[in-house]
Amino acid sequence: MDELIARALNVVQLRGASYADVRVVETTRQSLLVRNGTVQGIGQSEDVGFGVRVVVDGAWGFASSHRMELEEAERVADLAVRIARASALVKREDVDLGPPVVQRGTYRTPVEIDPFTVSLEAKLELLLRADAEMRRVRGVTSTEAEMVFIRQRKTFASTEGSWITQEILESGCGIEATAVRDGEVQRRSYPNSVGRHQQTRGYEFILEQDLVAHAPRIAEEAVALLSADPCPDAVTTVILGGSQVALQIHESCGHAIELDRVFGTEAAYAGTSFLTPDRLGRFRYGSEVVNIVADATIPGGLGTFGWDDEGVPAQRVDIVREGIFVGYLTDRQTARRLWRLLGPSPYVPVESNGAARAMSWNRIPLIRMTNINLLPGTWRLEDLIADTDEGIFMDTNRSWSIDDRRLNFQFGCEIAWEIKRGKRTRLLRNPIYTGITPEFWRSCDAVCGEEHWVLWGTPNCGKGEPGQIAHTGHGASPARFRNVRVFGKR
Amino acid sequence: MLGERRVAELLKGALAQARIGEVEIVLLAGHEALTRFANNTIHQNVAETNVEVAVRVAVGKRLGSAVTNRLSPEALVQTIAQAEASARLAPETPDFPGFPAPQPTEPVFAFDEAAAGATPEDRARLVGEAIRLAEEAGAVASGALSTAVEEVAVANSKGVFCYHAGTRVRFRTVVHREDGSGYAERSAWRWDALHVPSLARSAVDRALRAQHPREVPPGVYPVLLDPYAVQDVVTWLGYAGAGALAVQEGRSWMNDRIGTKVLSDLLTLWDDGRDPAGIPLPFDFEGVPRQRVVIVDRGVPRGPVYDTVTAAREGKPSTGHALPKAWPEAVSLGPLPTHLFLAPGDATPEDLLRALGEGLYITRFWYTRLVHPRDCVVTGMTRDGVFWVEGGEIAYPVRNLRFTQGYVQALAGAKQVGNETYLLSNGRFGADRVPALLCEAFTFTGVTEY
Repeated sequence: MDELIARALNVVQLRGASYADVRVVETTRQSLLVRNGTVQGIGQSEDVGFGVRVVVDGAWGFASSHRMELEEAERVADLAVRIARASALVKREDVDLGPPVVQRGTYRTPVEIDPFTVSLEAKLELLLRADAEMRRVRGVTSTEAEMVFIRQRKTFASTEGSWITQEILESGCGIEATAVRDGEVQRRSYPNSVGRHQQTRGYEFILEQDLVAHAPRIAEEAVALLSADPCPDAVTTVILGGSQVALQIHESCGHAIELDRVFGTEAAYAGTSFLTPDRLGRFRYGSEVVNIVADATIPGGLGTFGWDDEGVPAQRVDIVREGIFVGYLTDRQTARRLWRLLGPSPYVPVESNGAARAMSWNRIPLIRMTNINLLPGTWRLEDLIADTDEGIFMDTNRSWSIDDRRLNFQFGCEIAWEIKRGKRTRLLRNPIYTGITPEFWRSCDAVCGEEHWVLWGTPNCGKGEPGQIAHTGHGASPARFRNVRVFGKR
Repeated sequence: MLGERRVAELLKGALAQARIGEVEIVLLAGHEALTRFANNTIHQNVAETNVEVAVRVAVGKRLGSAVTNRLSPEALVQTIAQAEASARLAPETPDFPGFPAPQPTEPVFAFDEAAAGATPEDRARLVGEAIRLAEEAGAVASGALSTAVEEVAVANSKGVFCYHAGTRVRFRTVVHREDGSGYAERSAWRWDALHVPSLARSAVDRALRAQHPREVPPGVYPVLLDPYAVQDVVTWLGYAGAGALAVQEGRSWMNDRIGTKVLSDLLTLWDDGRDPAGIPLPFDFEGVPRQRVVIVDRGVPRGPVYDTVTAAREGKPSTGHALPKAWPEAVSLGPLPTHLFLAPGDATPEDLLRALGEGLYITRFWYTRLVHPRDCVVTGMTRDGVFWVEGGEIAYPVRNLRFTQGYVQALAGAKQVGNETYLLSNGRFGADRVPALLCEAFTFTGVTEY
């Protein structure tokens, strides 16, 4: 592999590249799915290849291949240079990456139990038991239980002298119960929806989730929701469960602070952002209790690593401080551009803050979320509910939609309860809330404390063309929002 | 390209060495290149060569799978062994009917040498032309132009061997100017079928007309949907209910509606993976020939598409709509239509505006998500050009709106169908061909600031 990397870097420099990097990525993945009491599949995959990214004539080119051979390295390197020269035909300005980044080192996700050493039998037994517990509940129509384990080994080398190797391990799991009756379809999930909750941890993460213990509860809730009252149409106080706060952060903050979107390079697909550079350091994004950081160093997050895919070290940076928007996620090129645009400022990083991430060897790094965390407040959830005279508690995301500047959002949850005079009362089905991002975060008047704070994992974040799926983390605890428009199914 | 002979040698060679139960191998190979532009410059420009070989092994009714992107004979044998090891651990899947037996599959020609041979310079030239048109209008263009050669093969130990090689090209662009934007997109399998300059002109024109939008309050309005928006409707109908698994589990919009007229009788929707007017793939990922399946016939749902598992449950033959099954997650989806066609009507664009009279003319939908499956209730935003129409003519642009609408109910009120269809990629091994549509009522639940 080292020879292949050296050959590719050598070829592109001979062809005139002013900058180049090579990434070799090897991914092993195992997934298990139990559905309605039967094993639907045990999937295992291996995927290996390399990508060569170059700057030639001031423009970008990238080529990649699964064939790990020296001749192929030469072909791919040559193609990357040719592509860059074609890019230069339609160029407005030269690529500016700022100061060189020279990093050498090794990083490995710390785990207690390597999930690939745990037998398939043990994993299947746990899933089958959880699935059986759900199916014991009368009225449940279908059930699912799944686990996913991923090991990604990657090597990054650049013409600037970086050489980095990393091994990232992820473990994820989830269960889901669906009940159908008289045209109503209700689903409950645990620990999170859309299949699973996931972290950069070992099998100990799976054991901690205790799927079997939670299975009867979520199955019962799915059935109970069939006969629950519909969520009323109202403007009221909303308390969101932690996983839904995580989704809210992801969609309305995490994407909005991606500096490539801000500069328009995702305009045709993912969209742009309302957080324009003139707002940096002065825009009131949320209330004073809203403090958000991007932290690639916190253990366990899906956005935790040693270096990003441009070789920039993992960092923790402020994004929203006491409600004021103070920071972006950057890669090298956009950090440089922001610095050129705004000049020295406490809110402008001199160099990239390390958010360039690529899905695999066959994709270029884009600005992706690391772990975008809402820092914990001081409330206990029980006290927060007791402090709420009237409102709705919603939990676990069911649907999510937001406009292409990340302003107008509408999120549905799996379950809700009415709050009356400080108590959680009747169950409500099909709860939906909607709002405008800064108005919503400014209405946040309470965030629960560390005892409720979970580093949620989002393993399905799409962006870019060709498409890339990123795995991002979002630390969150339940939070309260005032004057929120809610409604049920229309 | 690998070519049919080499693929056949590899897959049949691997199957011959597997001395266990039943084995199925699905091979996807391709070379894809994509030139991406934004701010009137090419900013990303990439190429990828890759394969995926997905193996499923059935030991009796025990199933295991494994996937690799290494192509050597040794790697394939190792992958089969890994799948077999998983199968031996798995409990039985009682309703697994076995892998399908061979059926005659007529090839469909959908390979274009010009598309396969398109160079980075070819793409840059066309992108440059699109950017020039935007710049001339004082606008900013972004988008992507992609070309791909794709090979798909399915083989199993019962003797199935199917191979298809095809090409695919796609262009899309969003053009911004001040406070409005426009959009254009097409897919094709022939390079010459993609008219990039005319698409760019269309997006520029739309952006110029979208300047200085006014706010229209949320409410229920008649709508004229461009084919881009119609594709979203059709895709959700397919994804959230036109597959047999969703119907069998009672979560489809088709449940309790099959055989009953619930949509406008102007609407006929079918899936046809063999029609060269789409992006054809003549067999599914179990190696079963794709059938033309009428999903809605003049407003009447006729039934879903099937793979071998869902078909066996009902004692029917598969319609050839299996997705790749080596990934357990894909099993949850069941069979799906991936080559949808909505029949065109006879209304010209001018006829459609006249028939709308007063209401909203919408270019496309964005970030749509299923809110409730049984009526296919979807929420999402409008994007890249919304207009208020009065007296059958565009009166002024309006700000983007959020909608929350049952697509079934919206289609029940379809009043006119356009006479022109667009072929639009659906990102799932195929593309959909759809016309514009006039619906008498669509529910908008919010507005945004632009």
